[in-house]
Amino acid sequence: MSAANPVVSIDGVTKSFAQGNVTALSDIQLQLEAGEFVSLIGPSGCGKSTLLRVIGDLVEPTAGTVTINGKSARQARTDRDYGIVFQDAVLFDWRTVSKNIALPLEMDGWDRAKRKERVEQMLQLVELTGFGDHHPWQLSGGMQQRVSIARALAFEPALLLMDEPFGALDEMTRERLNLELLSIWQQLRSTVVFVTHSISEAVFLSTRVVVMSPRPGRIAGIVPIDLPAERTVETREAPRFFELVTEVRELLRRGGE
Amino acid sequence: MSAAAISQRAGRQVVEWLPALVILVAMLAVWEGSIALFHIKQFLLPKPTTIAATFWDDRHELWPAGWYTFKEALGGFFGGSIAGILFATLVARFRIVGQALMPIAIAANAIPIIAFAPIFDAWFDPLSPHSKMAIAGVLCFFPVMVNTLRGLQSVQPRQIELMRAYAASDFEIFRRVRVPTALPYVFTALKVASVLAMIGAIVAEYFGGSFEALGVLIRNDAQTFEFPTAWAGIAVASLLGITLYLAVAITERVVVRWSPAARSSQ
Amino acid sequence: MRVAATRAAAAVAVVAVLIGLWEGYHWVWASAGWTWPFAVDNTSMPHVWTIAKAFADPAQANQASLISLLLHKTLFTAKEAAAGFVIGALVGFALGVVLVHSRLLQRGFLPYIVGSQTIPILAIAPMVVIWVNPKLPPSLQGWGAVAVIAAYLSFFPVAINSLRGLQSADPRALELMRSYAASRWSILWKVRVPASLPYVFSALRIAATASVVGAIIGELPSGLQSGLGGAILNFNQYYSIEPQELWATNIVAAGLGIAFFLIVVGVEKLVVHRAPERRA
Repeated sequence: MSAANPVVSIDGVTKSFAQGNVTALSDIQLQLEAGEFVSLIGPSGCGKSTLLRVIGDLVEPTAGTVTINGKSARQARTDRDYGIVFQDAVLFDWRTVSKNIALPLEMDGWDRAKRKERVEQMLQLVELTGFGDHHPWQLSGGMQQRVSIARALAFEPALLLMDEPFGALDEMTRERLNLELLSIWQQLRSTVVFVTHSISEAVFLSTRVVVMSPRPGRIAGIVPIDLPAERTVETREAPRFFELVTEVRELLRRGGE
Repeated sequence: MSAAAISQRAGRQVVEWLPALVILVAMLAVWEGSIALFHIKQFLLPKPTTIAATFWDDRHELWPAGWYTFKEALGGFFGGSIAGILFATLVARFRIVGQALMPIAIAANAIPIIAFAPIFDAWFDPLSPHSKMAIAGVLCFFPVMVNTLRGLQSVQPRQIELMRAYAASDFEIFRRVRVPTALPYVFTALKVASVLAMIGAIVAEYFGGSFEALGVLIRNDAQTFEFPTAWAGIAVASLLGITLYLAVAITERVVVRWSPAARSSQ
Repeated sequence: MRVAATRAAAAVAVVAVLIGLWEGYHWVWASAGWTWPFAVDNTSMPHVWTIAKAFADPAQANQASLISLLLHKTLFTAKEAAAGFVIGALVGFALGVVLVHSRLLQRGFLPYIVGSQTIPILAIAPMVVIWVNPKLPPSLQGWGAVAVIAAYLSFFPVAINSLRGLQSADPRALELMRSYAASRWSILWKVRVPASLPYVFSALRIAATASVVGAIIGELPSGLQSGLGGAILNFNQYYSIEPQELWATNIVAAGLGIAFFLIVVGVEKLVVHRAPERRA
């Protein structure tokens, strides 16, 4: 990974609520390179979801700045430079799967033909071809989440923000979707910021794991993941995997003190 | 849709409606039977067959009267509902106004509107259909307004967050999220309003109205003890009310295809 | 205590605003001579003080003041409405209980329960009165028939919402009860009924108003003079001469409707120990 201009630069970000009584984030300093897959992991209250939202300009920091590709976070949001996936699929019941994916494209003024083309591409990407005319309630949780990812990727954004997207799913579906996500990421090479509760998921997916600790929210440590780029089912059983998981776990424990 | 799917759908509809049909036939039979059996005064409650016969025989009087009143109900229904929706939309936009007005709307909903029928008559000329239309309109306004507002306010916060992540304007959020979320609520209220509109028009006519009106007709017939015609008139009123209700219900099925009711039939 | 005081202050403020709007509208329309939606003068829109004064004056020569007359009539109508409300609520709830146990019965009867409300009860009222009255003991005659009509309007919202409420019980709670081999009766009272309370109270609020409406409407064809319905008919005849009396009556009728509503809300707060405003 080159040390060229970081794609996302988080500089001294602090966020407090309730007139300064609750400090969700305290002086966060983090640089993300292009094409990285960075996980944010930590116990409840460590501010990882808040940090994600600060990057996405959905929450305004009390202090500090966020720069994305040289733009301010606000500009990046207005320019629709990133896609976001929540823990809950947040699909619109009144739209079909295709129309849900097409939502950002509609808002960006794409014409019908181009939208159709891109939606088909996205459906293929998340392996949901043929489900375009279904409604969200007809799909399982895992499938709904894939639609949500397809929607987030509709612009093929350079930055993808994900807030515990697989948290509500069972472990087997989770592991399968992890593999799918990696394959999608490798095709698009976006920069991903991924919030999660699961240590094994963080280690499996990422190029770097950022461990956070609560009260106030700060970075306890960063673990570079030097597993091979091609991650498979076997990767989870490799000795190096367990070592890294242990390293992250130790950081989490120490950070909580 | 394939022929098999269509016939399957039709079959399911029949199964759904069969019990109701059976009950209808049973009720009519019991009605017809008990009149004879218990010697219920025919002048109070005629047999269904008598009512049906009168319904047909007096149709030249009854059906135009029904149409006259139905027009009043329609006018009130559309006027009141549209006003209710517009008002709720405005109020949803300015949240503080909404919070201040909600208790007033709730209190206003508790007022027996029908008591104002004579005053509306005084304002709009008792013989004109407008006074009845006004009552029907006011009756429809409140449930539609309250429910539309609730619908507009029941949007999931995560959906708003998603739209903000896409830098959507307030108007886009309104158009793409709030309106579709509110639609099921609006239709629920419209179903209530459809029945209220017809009833409101008829009851308002009781206080005085043109001789062409159904409510006046029923009242006069009851007062002159022509009960079969009065009952036939009531049947007309009821049928028209049901028709309007069904029209709204069918529109709901078409427009709001994602409602739980529509889903269960898929 | 604070909350009650602010609520009262808010109510007063609202009334003040309404009075202001009324008089303002009257003044603007009368001065401009506009006739849409209706011509404004002291008959179509009597001044607030005229109406207020009418309360104190006797309605007819050598009689008690209008307000005391109206209060008597209000109590009469309230009696009918309350009886109708209770009967309607019990019948409605019972219907809900019966229907929740059988989808077949639901499919069979629901259309008619809904359809019942399309029948203009006012039109049937004379028949109901003639039929019911002889069956009642003398003390209940007259107003008893009107209570039946009030019940007719009240039972519907309660029936529909009771059914929905009883159906809304958590399926896992039901499974738990079945694992205890609980009887249907016990499942009903321990699980379904508590789950139905928010829905039932939501319907009771509607039924409260409906019972007042039913009582007023029911009095009209029965020719009962003792209630508000009778007063409305009476004063309607004198409207062109003394409009303020009809307005005064309507204000009292509105007050009755609101009072019933507030009583139900109050009872709800006592019975249901949590926020009554659920997504019912």
